[in-house]
Amino acid sequence: MALLTVDGLTTGYGEMEVLRSLSLRVEPGRIVSIIGPNGAGKSTAMKAVFGLLKPWQGSIRFGEREIGGLSPDRIVRLGMCYVPQTENVFPSLTVEENLDMGAFVLSGPTKERKERVYELFPRLADRRRQRAGKMSGGERQMVAMGRALMLDPKLLLLDEPSAGLAPLLVDLIFEKVREINAAGVAVLMVEQNARKSLELADHAYVLVGGGNAIDGPGHELLGDPEVGRLYLGG
Amino acid sequence: MARALTRRAGGPRTLLRLRRALGSRTALVALLALLLLALWWLAGIQGVTGQRLLSLVVRGVMLGGILALGAIGLTLIFGVLRIPNFAHGDLMTWGAYLVLLGLPLLPAGPPLAPFSFGAELLVLLVVAMPLVGLTGYVLDRLVFRRLRARRAPSVILAMAALGGAFLLRSLIYLGWGADFRNFYTGRPRPAIELFAGIRVRPDQLFILGLALLLIFLVYLLLERTKMGKAMRATADNADLARISGIDTESVIRWTWLIGGGLAGAGGVMFALDTQLRPEMGWWLMLPLFSSVILGTIGHAYGALIGALVIGIVWQTSTAFLNPAYGPGVAFVVLILVLLFRPQGIFGKPGGT
Amino acid sequence: MGDTTVVKSLLLALPLWFVAARALPARLPWWARAGLGAVAAWAFALAVALVVPPGQMAYLVSFAIVGSIYAVLALGLNVQWGYTGLFNIGIAAFFAVGAFTSALVTTRMPTGAAAAFSEQAFGLGAPFLAGVLAAGVAAGVLALLVGGPTLRLREDYLAIATIGIAELVRLVFQNERWLANGPQPLRGIPQPLACLVDDPVCGWLPAPLAALFDPLAPRDYPYVYLAVATLFVIVVYLVLERAIRSPWGRVLRAVREDEAAAAMAGKDVARVRLQAFVVGAVIMGLGGALYAHYMIAIDYTHFDALYGTFLVWVMLMLGGSGNNRGAILGAFALWGVWTGAAFVVDLARPLLAAISSDLPARGPYLRLLLIALLMLFILLYRPKGLVGEERFVSRDSQGRDG
Repeated sequence: MALLTVDGLTTGYGEMEVLRSLSLRVEPGRIVSIIGPNGAGKSTAMKAVFGLLKPWQGSIRFGEREIGGLSPDRIVRLGMCYVPQTENVFPSLTVEENLDMGAFVLSGPTKERKERVYELFPRLADRRRQRAGKMSGGERQMVAMGRALMLDPKLLLLDEPSAGLAPLLVDLIFEKVREINAAGVAVLMVEQNARKSLELADHAYVLVGGGNAIDGPGHELLGDPEVGRLYLGG
Repeated sequence: MARALTRRAGGPRTLLRLRRALGSRTALVALLALLLLALWWLAGIQGVTGQRLLSLVVRGVMLGGILALGAIGLTLIFGVLRIPNFAHGDLMTWGAYLVLLGLPLLPAGPPLAPFSFGAELLVLLVVAMPLVGLTGYVLDRLVFRRLRARRAPSVILAMAALGGAFLLRSLIYLGWGADFRNFYTGRPRPAIELFAGIRVRPDQLFILGLALLLIFLVYLLLERTKMGKAMRATADNADLARISGIDTESVIRWTWLIGGGLAGAGGVMFALDTQLRPEMGWWLMLPLFSSVILGTIGHAYGALIGALVIGIVWQTSTAFLNPAYGPGVAFVVLILVLLFRPQGIFGKPGGT
Repeated sequence: MGDTTVVKSLLLALPLWFVAARALPARLPWWARAGLGAVAAWAFALAVALVVPPGQMAYLVSFAIVGSIYAVLALGLNVQWGYTGLFNIGIAAFFAVGAFTSALVTTRMPTGAAAAFSEQAFGLGAPFLAGVLAAGVAAGVLALLVGGPTLRLREDYLAIATIGIAELVRLVFQNERWLANGPQPLRGIPQPLACLVDDPVCGWLPAPLAALFDPLAPRDYPYVYLAVATLFVIVVYLVLERAIRSPWGRVLRAVREDEAAAAMAGKDVARVRLQAFVVGAVIMGLGGALYAHYMIAIDYTHFDALYGTFLVWVMLMLGGSGNNRGAILGAFALWGVWTGAAFVVDLARPLLAAISSDLPARGPYLRLLLIALLMLFILLYRPKGLVGEERFVSRDSQGRDG
């Protein structure tokens, strides 16, 4: 059974419809990528899945459970965590405190979990008492992802993880995503950098105008001229 | 950012650099130091002795402690809830009057030498603090939360705070009328002499000590407890806090309880040092907001520093200025901060 | 007795005439509306003057005067908040500055024995209108000084700064004896058109008119002042209605709707907001002048945060911000609630005394409680107020008033 099933999702902001009958699936332990032109609704889809936006029509199921309309703090407890694109760290808190906040819903000690994050991101281990606001863009992205991993989620939502990063860092971040996935965490990723994300993805969806255009295994879409026509070159 | 895009973009570059330099943290500190020096000089002209000035500075620190109790709560509420809590001053007044309410109910003990108050005051203080916190929480629950759910603009919330302020004040007027009151009548409060000829009242030393203790406890709360970190996180970025699973309603609840509790303590301390008046809190609001903005909104330690600065500047000005103008001096500092560095000491440059 | 009734009813009819003329359908030509309105207004005023006993009449007249003063203040606030979205909690400052300026300009410096009791910075003995003008200018200058540095910042900061300025102004008028006799009241503020109730009536009035006002006694002066005060309200209302439909008004509304878009369209947002702030403040200053010449003696206690600021806010919220008619309606309605509540509290005296012996004396604070609850109620359940915001059609786009 799929980990995440989105079926005929239609929603938007205020009176403006952004997503039109969108459908997608994420199998457990897989990396799924959503690409598409600007304004296609990629980030909106992610926000709807995470409960930041109420669906107008359609269903969103996490496992067997219908989660459409649930608030984020409930969804977090079910095993899904979200890394927003911008403002994704608490600037006046230290790295360590940022991670602590990720595990807020738990009541036990967080030391072990933090150690695992530090293993994944050794750069953060050296800087654990530094204020997150003073870190570079790449380091902040690591803190943001680390925070989301504190709850050992089954599904990790990443909103444009490579945005604003230098090419070397982009490679590093995608490498980390692969590592995270190797540990069994499913990843749903919205990406502007279509080429790199298709290389990484087990399955990908191309979103155009708020609805499904094409989908298929990542490497297949890479070579597909139709995808190139619709949107590629990032 | 809009400023960079305005007509100045093509203007003289030295002017731009001058403005940026003036907006730096060092410039602000220098400006405040200059202000203090100017006040000392003015006092000196009036023939005020060095000893008296030093006494005033010490009293300023004490007053700063009282202001800090109010300012820290105010800045936390500002940071977490994003509203200027215009009811904060009246929460302080509320705390003082709650203690006044309870005083005749407890057996009056002898004053704890060398202070002017008895143990019953301390008991009532401990009781009043959570009650004021609760008042703030109830206000939030009944009014602000509903407005938040409706996504009302923050100005509407600020107006509701104003309404809450007058609501509290009307209750105090109804209960005690408009007269001045004191916790204790007929008890002498002589000043003692510290080192270097500085004269302070023992009560004032106690107030300072208590303020420091409470501030230290708040520090522990914010730095060491999960809820404290969650409060700081929510003040940083409420959306991200929600995304991380932080129960923001719980954070809001605690912010009101703590902010209100501190305000109540501040009110009792201020009333102990001076007297109780129903407008007391409203009158303190200006120095409170000046402290908060000077120390950067949402920054608890900034509020402390801001409060100390305001306290010292205020007391120093009484050397040559009518003491009634105290809040006016705080206002001058506020205007200076707004002119040169509106984001305060700890704020990010170029932003508010 | 019959003669004074006629004159009084004429004076009452003046403001009613305006209301009646506006209330008549727009299809009628202007002269028909003016004529019919005049007749209807006078008939109504005469009926009221004949039916209502003199004691109640005097009360109603003073009620209407204070209502008009508050209406002017509310109109000023409406420019700042209703049309521009500025949160001014320092209305009392502009109110006070206007009042004291007009007082200083129109009174004379005390001489002889009086000088020992009363001090003031200057006293020009100028006519009423000069005082009013000076009041507006002084309030406007204050607004310029306060608004200049603070308006480009967050609206929270403006609110805080205005609290500060109101406190500062109050402190100054309380402590600076040399300025306006603080904390003692500044007395002897002249009343405009007082000569109408004198015997003989004003020298400059042509004989037939003078004969009309002859029966009036000095105690009937409030009727004259009512005409003056309502005239102020009408003039301010008309000017604002014009202004909001002018090109300037359109920019104001554009800034309020979508500041970013307006800025990108090249409008100088900060400057427009400052202009609106100053205009509103000038109007509040005029209200202050009206107040001063009604009270004859003023001191700093008249301009506290409750009467000078809070009540005006609740008035505007009650009536409907963003709507000039709402502002006027709210002013009169809330003033009605305020004075009505005084009656109710008075009636409930025995009940209050039963609860506590101190309570009856604190009746006014019960009213304050009521008003605070009312404000919260409005914010929670009816933020639009009674009338709601006005929907606009600009004058130019249709060639006639919206």
